[in-house]
Amino acid sequence: MSGLGEQPAADGSEVAVVAALRAGDEDAFRALVRRHHAALVRVATTMVDSRAVAEEVVQETWLAVIKGIDGFEGRSSLRTWIFRILVNQARRRGAKEARAIPVSFLAGNPEGAGGHAVDQARFVPDGQRWAGHWCEPPAPWTDLPAERFSSKETVAAAASAINELPGRQREVVALRDIEGLSGQEVCELLGLSEGNQRVLLHRGRSRVRSMLEKHLGGEG
Amino acid sequence: MAVHDVRCREVVELVTDFLEGALAVDRRDVFERHLAMCTWCQTYMDQMRATLEVTGRIREDEVPPELVDSLAAAFRLERSGGA
Repeated sequence: MSGLGEQPAADGSEVAVVAALRAGDEDAFRALVRRHHAALVRVATTMVDSRAVAEEVVQETWLAVIKGIDGFEGRSSLRTWIFRILVNQARRRGAKEARAIPVSFLAGNPEGAGGHAVDQARFVPDGQRWAGHWCEPPAPWTDLPAERFSSKETVAAAASAINELPGRQREVVALRDIEGLSGQEVCELLGLSEGNQRVLLHRGRSRVRSMLEKHLGGEG
Repeated sequence: MAVHDVRCREVVELVTDFLEGALAVDRRDVFERHLAMCTWCQTYMDQMRATLEVTGRIREDEVPPELVDSLAAAFRLERSGGA
């Protein structure tokens, strides 16, 4: 199946979480905050003008969750419901989200990222034998010491690569790959078509891979 | 079809569509044949999967405890006060 499968409705374990929240279980609420807060801030940051406003928007989102949990009907997952509140709160701020995606971007000239997943100089130029094949191929990361790959520094390098992505790419990568939302959820939340969502995801992921490659190769 | 039907330069642009299950069957076929024969593109695919794994770990970042405390206080107030 594709990553754009059916939007998950609330599942069994989630029903238990919702019941706990309604019953006033503070530990359940703390766990929910720990689980989603960082991603909410990351996503909010891409939708409003400053980090400070983003944090306010997320606080408002949590307060709306506290007040609104009794009205949650389980037609979407709890996570999607929370993110929808976030997007609505951010839009209420008259945020930079109002800007449309430029047509040039969708035509393959994304906001600043260069139009290619990989630097074209790493492929044999047209007109030569083996044109379009790697001339500077990637080196396997599996050759690196395992602790280097799984280090905090490597995770931090990925986080900073995502922070530096152009806005829409950052939103999509944060929601898909950090928070783990489905493609369909992201399309719905951000008002993107499936095709546009995939283009943004592709540009963003490719950029993050390339930054990790630099990070892991740099201090080998 | 030979491996040359799709070149490495194109393969790296198809990776996301492949992982998303969005490639048409014939494109997917060509993609998979290329991958089966090209260790460099296999390495690239491995790196992309590893990238997703690393990205997935960002989520484990700590949320400031005082923030969790203050939200929990708001929760307590609303949920115990109301019911």
